[in-house]
Amino acid sequence: MCSESCGCSSDIVGIIEKYDSDKRNLIPLLHELQDELGYISPEVMETIAEKLGTTVGQVHGVATFYTLFYTKPRGKNIVRMCNSTACHIEGGRKIREAVSAALGIAPGETTQDGGFTLEVVSCMGLCGVAPAIMVNDDVYGNLTPEMVPNILGKYREAS
Amino acid sequence: MAINLTINGQAVAAEAGDTILTAARRAGVYIPTLCYHSDLMPDGVCRVCSVEVKGQRTLCAACCYPVAEGMEVLTHSPRVRESRRMIVELMLANHPQECLTCSRNSKCELQALAREFGIQEVHFKGERKMADVDTSSLSVFRNPEKCILCNRCVRTCEDIQSVAALHASKRGWDTTIVPGMGDELASVVCVNCGQCINRCPTGALTANDPSSKVWDAIHDSTKHVVVQTAPAVRAAIGEEFGMPAGSRVTGKMVTALKMMGFDRVMDTDFTADLTIMEEGSELIQRVTEGGVLPQLTSCSPGWIKFIEYYYPELLPHLSTCKSPQQMFGALAKTYYAEKTGIDPKDIISVSIMPCTAKKFECDRPEMTDSGYKDVDYVLTTREAAQMMREAGIDLPNLPESEYDDPLGMSTGAAVIFGNTGGVMEAALRTAYAIITGTELDNVNIEAVRGMEGVREATVMVGELPVKAAVAHGLANARQVLEGIKNGRFKDYHFIEIMCCPGGCIGGGGQPQPTSEEIRKARIKAIYDEDEAMTLRKSHTNPAVQKLYEEFLGKPLSHKSHELLHTDYTPRDRKTVKAVKVKVES
Ligand code: SF4
Ligand code: SF4
Ligand code: SF4
Ligand code: FES
Ligand code: FES
Repeated sequence: MCSESCGCSSDIVGIIEKYDSDKRNLIPLLHELQDELGYISPEVMETIAEKLGTTVGQVHGVATFYTLFYTKPRGKNIVRMCNSTACHIEGGRKIREAVSAALGIAPGETTQDGGFTLEVVSCMGLCGVAPAIMVNDDVYGNLTPEMVPNILGKYREAS
Repeated sequence: MAINLTINGQAVAAEAGDTILTAARRAGVYIPTLCYHSDLMPDGVCRVCSVEVKGQRTLCAACCYPVAEGMEVLTHSPRVRESRRMIVELMLANHPQECLTCSRNSKCELQALAREFGIQEVHFKGERKMADVDTSSLSVFRNPEKCILCNRCVRTCEDIQSVAALHASKRGWDTTIVPGMGDELASVVCVNCGQCINRCPTGALTANDPSSKVWDAIHDSTKHVVVQTAPAVRAAIGEEFGMPAGSRVTGKMVTALKMMGFDRVMDTDFTADLTIMEEGSELIQRVTEGGVLPQLTSCSPGWIKFIEYYYPELLPHLSTCKSPQQMFGALAKTYYAEKTGIDPKDIISVSIMPCTAKKFECDRPEMTDSGYKDVDYVLTTREAAQMMREAGIDLPNLPESEYDDPLGMSTGAAVIFGNTGGVMEAALRTAYAIITGTELDNVNIEAVRGMEGVREATVMVGELPVKAAVAHGLANARQVLEGIKNGRFKDYHFIEIMCCPGGCIGGGGQPQPTSEEIRKARIKAIYDEDEAMTLRKSHTNPAVQKLYEEFLGKPLSHKSHELLHTDYTPRDRKTVKAVKVKVES
């Protein structure tokens, strides 16, 4: 059991020790902790820094540098919106605005009820059906802004 | 073996380990830089130092590109100039162009580059990154909008001070230099040393400046404003007026402060002498009565905060002496008030310090032993110079004058407090007299002088071999503290620690820029100042002797303990909240 003060029930220290408390393993370690906890909280970053003998700044720097790491709680559903070339040409910006409007949050944010987290990502390899978004592992292509509320609605009901 | 290359067609002999930049500088060839700083490891993040290297497809960063045999380098080809200008224009496009009202106006490296590259128009227009100014710290203010992400502060705090309060967070457009995990500076572990300010090329990091309050006090006829000047200020303030590093301007500075309207201009050097009397007696007491050894010096408030955070278990090693600034403050509102018949509540005590951590120190809750706030305002050397400029004072051309009594007289032992090794040397001069009953013939104790980060020496005080060590810069201090923990210093008597590289002369409130060369020039000035004094040992200071006769009794007396000694506060790094615990002395 974790002896630290963060109040969670996961074996954080055990996971860190599995990686030999070696700071060169910081990235795989962050991945595993995120899988376990959903995101990397400030308290967890402090524990990591202490166990790896590095600074909180180092851990925070890495955790905020890579977009795959989350330093805030995530919503139940992750909506990824593409901002790369093909989607852009096909009107991606309008789609992104429609998603933001439907959820009432800006990219990078999570809805108050914890239902959705919104992200802007680079090309997802769906250029053939641009403009595209992904909700969790589901793909939606050839979108128009009008289609957005319906798509999101399905997840709202399910959750 | 020399490595031969050409720079702009000129043959240059470089050494192994040289970068293009270091080889060029030695050969007298100029290459502009921005993220590079001679005190720090190169980081290669700004690309302002880009040069063309024959055979390389892209431009190379001279500050971190190693030289090679036969290399052909162009430092100012049209391609290089175009690229550098573009880089700086991009920085300016994201910069609040407020030079006229910026504290770094005319002393900003970004501004200087814009001028050097002839940038008269920024061709990029777009969104600018906005951020709030962080004024949470008592010492260091952050304005992230003026930050050009050079990482100098990050490297300074981590590599020189081993505190690592600042680091880069996020990436690309969102990259920001933040304390801790994006917190305010006051809510992370920071020792207020200001070394980050000294190496910041722009106005992104500045000190918390109380000068308008000091002007108000000076102009308030109901207040009696006394000012003290730290040893290191006199060896550096001339730089603010265009004088070369190492100019000694003590008498001119005193004249300037009188012209500004301070009621009494007195000297921290007086209380530096007093510190030696107290701290030397404390050392002798610890040695003869079996106290905790080695004794650690306590005059550098950044260092105090550091040990409180990182090695609270070693606090009993710290001398209980207050810093000279705080001793002065406590005496100004007691002894001085009594002597002059001025009500201490009407006295405003101002100090001019090379240091930003002193701004934190004077606010510590225990620094009120006079019954008032012992030191009301701390001005850095830079801020004092700015006030002089505002008052139309042309420091270099002023006549000299003397410090006022009764807290103005000092010896050479006091002025060397400004240098790394100085407190040690001053203490040894006096300890020698107390222990042996005779005076040293040659008071220059070369064994503790120098620039190495940690120095050790055994100095014979009569029959007694005194084992001493000196460290400056907190990364070096950390080494010594680890050494104390693992027993390496167990037979040592006295260790001097100063927070800043070079000692106070390299403090975070001193004129910018800083470099080893500048610090060495100031150190020399301080030793010259010592040589020029008639009295060079603290115990021979007649004003200090008089203070003991009239007021304190003797060193370590009850009254001395009340006014001149203090206790320390173990601090929790996790919560950054101070827990007040009395440490036995
Ligand atoms: S930091 Fe430099 S360039 Fe920026 S506003 Fe201040 S003086 Fe001007
Ligand atoms: S003041 Fe000193 S400790 Fe604080 S951030 Fe700056 S360099 Fe680091
Ligand atoms: S705050 Fe100053 S030193 Fe630090 S990265 Fe920004 S510009 Fe550089
Ligand atoms: S550009 Fe949007 S999926 Fe490739
Ligand atoms: S000075 Fe060389 S990259 Fe910044």
